[in-house]
Amino acid sequence: MSCTTHFAGDTVVHHLDPRARIVMTFAFSFLVALSEEWWVLGASLVVGALLVSLSRIPAGALARRLLRLNAFLAVVLLLIPITAPGRPVLEVGPIHYGMEGLLWSLRLILRANAIVLAFTGLLGTVELFTLGHAFEHLRVPRKLIHLFMFTLRYLDVLHHEYETLLSAMKARAFRPGMNLHTYSSYANLVAMLLVRSLERSERIMGAMKCRGFRGKFRVFRHFAFHRRDWVFCGIGTLVLVGIGLREIAGG
Amino acid sequence: MHIADGVAPVPVAAAGAAIAAAGVAWGLRVLKDEQIPKAALMSAAIFAASVVIRLPLGPSAVHPVLNGLAGILLGWAAVPVFLVSLFLQALLFQFGGITTLGINTVTMGFPAVAVYGLFGGRLRRARTRRCTFLLGFGAGASAVLLSFALWAGVLILCGKQLAVIVGLALGPHLAVVAVEGMFTGFVAGFLARVYPAAFDVSEQMRREGGP
Repeated sequence: MSCTTHFAGDTVVHHLDPRARIVMTFAFSFLVALSEEWWVLGASLVVGALLVSLSRIPAGALARRLLRLNAFLAVVLLLIPITAPGRPVLEVGPIHYGMEGLLWSLRLILRANAIVLAFTGLLGTVELFTLGHAFEHLRVPRKLIHLFMFTLRYLDVLHHEYETLLSAMKARAFRPGMNLHTYSSYANLVAMLLVRSLERSERIMGAMKCRGFRGKFRVFRHFAFHRRDWVFCGIGTLVLVGIGLREIAGG
Repeated sequence: MHIADGVAPVPVAAAGAAIAAAGVAWGLRVLKDEQIPKAALMSAAIFAASVVIRLPLGPSAVHPVLNGLAGILLGWAAVPVFLVSLFLQALLFQFGGITTLGINTVTMGFPAVAVYGLFGGRLRRARTRRCTFLLGFGAGASAVLLSFALWAGVLILCGKQLAVIVGLALGPHLAVVAVEGMFTGFVAGFLARVYPAAFDVSEQMRREGGP
């Protein structure tokens, strides 16, 4: 089982230039994080939802992601209006549920969901190693990309080794509980995982040196802007400018 | 202990990104080309372990944070390593977020570096098992404590209203600090006995990297 997979597919979004998608995602997210206006936040949420539906992300996976985020936001929605000062909308005994806090929390929820939807729709659909290549073209520091590629490549491998070690422990009747034995057994497991990762990295480095590695990966994926990318960037820029102007006019 | 997208207003997010960028730049400078696979594989191991392991604690269970461990093993390289693994966590599981990538890198990575400065050298020189365990305990516990303090500070900067969440999180996190300390102590003890070379990566960087 692999956990390092993207949402594969064959939609319009999947065919867009990854570089354009990266830039647009970051621009959109920061602009939304800046927004206070209801109109803007609503529109951003629609844009996010549109991107997710265009890229046909499976509903179950999307729901899991949104649930994880909104569990935290639900706590905010429940607690902040009670503790923040403001005109009460609801009074139950000594508890005042304040208007200001409620509005503040609702804005937060809209903002967070809009960003996550756009992020999932645009970047969750890029094949992960392609993302590395796109970063290379966007002049992200080379060492950082190497770290990214290696981590990505060996995440599943080490997860698999973890499972192997754990099943060996289970075969010897290991039962987790709240005691020192459990903590030290898990700690030994992590330490063993680190030992194996270090030994593996020596072998990897040896294999790379043998093939003449000189600190640079071949970048073999080159991207070209097609008409659809220009259209995407055009529409994207219009949306961003629209959001920005509306925000300035409103604030 | 991650801050999600949308919570942080842009000035806070931008400040976090700027501080993180400086730390990442320095971390990449001391990280030599030959050490990249080593750093990346240790990062993958730590990432996998912190996501899948659940330590039973009372009626619930906690994930180990392991940033103290990352600090003593990786030194300054822990900062770029955390940037990469936080980006992957946001992308794969929606932990944290992309506008808050900088902030989360600061709250996770900088305590790792501080812990490396405080305990890294001593841990290498430790000779007795008790000594290794205690230093590991100190590293794990103080890294999580520092991360929690930074997280709380940032959350209050994001909105004074959020202080109530910090208050609620305080109790459970103090328990996490203790568990994390023990856990890191045990890991350090195992590595010191079985594979002391694990502590050499950060030491090499300190000797060869930097000005």
